[in-house]
Amino acid sequence: MAAKAIVGEKIGMTQVWDDQNRVVPVTVVKVSAARVVSVKTPDKDGYSALQVTYGMAKPSRLSQPEAGHFAAAGVEPGKRLVELRLADVSEYAVGQELDASLFEAGQKVDVSAVSKGRGFAGGMKRHNFKGQGASHGNHKKHRAPGSVGACATPARVFKGTRMAGQLGAQRVTTLNLSVVQADPERQLLLLRGAVPGPNGGVVVIRDAAKVKKGR
Amino acid sequence: MNATDVIDRDSLREGIPDFVPGDTLKVHVRVVEGTRERVQVFQGVVIRRQGSGVRETFTVRKVSFGVGVERTFPVHSPVIATIEVVTRGDVRRAKLYYLRDRIGKAAKVKEKRATS
Repeated sequence: MAAKAIVGEKIGMTQVWDDQNRVVPVTVVKVSAARVVSVKTPDKDGYSALQVTYGMAKPSRLSQPEAGHFAAAGVEPGKRLVELRLADVSEYAVGQELDASLFEAGQKVDVSAVSKGRGFAGGMKRHNFKGQGASHGNHKKHRAPGSVGACATPARVFKGTRMAGQLGAQRVTTLNLSVVQADPERQLLLLRGAVPGPNGGVVVIRDAAKVKKGR
Repeated sequence: MNATDVIDRDSLREGIPDFVPGDTLKVHVRVVEGTRERVQVFQGVVIRRQGSGVRETFTVRKVSFGVGVERTFPVHSPVIATIEVVTRGDVRRAKLYYLRDRIGKAAKVKEKRATS
């Protein structure tokens, strides 16, 4: 499990120059200071995690239970509550602030977010099916998936057969993105490559779980 | 105004002369050979300028030993030492791809006459 994690907002993609004057595609993530609202420990809650909030919320926009939860912790209310599962939370306390200085340039991280929703999508878009021919007498079946199984044996369609359905709008994790720049002053994190989700979406950044050893 | 402008501002460079397709440029390019760095000049006609912000690029075409050579540079690339405008061209379109099909004198771009 991750040793450190933080929550941010995806701003968008752009490019920067590296030290060899090459273009590096980066995703800019705004990492405003995350305030710890609650610390979940194995003894008390059965698992270890940090419950954090970030940004600002109008007190009038909070429900009473939310307001009470923030008041009990003595933390200023934020946009939303996010839980960060960590291996060890003994060093964290309620009210503590996390920021972009958690990470440094060159480090590998995993980024989780809810991907862009594509609605009910056909097999071609959802599973990269080939579709069918444009000509040779094809009639209204150009994007159809084709056969989904055999005939009298097994006389049913196997579970898990890839078909049309909901695509996107699910939690996706991109592994091993490297941090190009961590800028606690401007509350920004630059990650090499793409991050799931739309601009403005909430992303969770953790240190990489599957880093290649050696080399 | 894009949301990523905060980051882009650091990547933009200043002191880029105004130039448009049709102009002849001398682009001074930094070339790294092993540990040594030297400057190479690429001179030719700008046939295209596209994009905006950090992503803006331009393409310079020249004919070298009878072979057409085109190089595309990001406008804000740190690889470029300086850009020198040699002549201003008098052209009627933004993309001068028609130069690719022409050779010799036909491939020349008319020089813009000074308007006074």
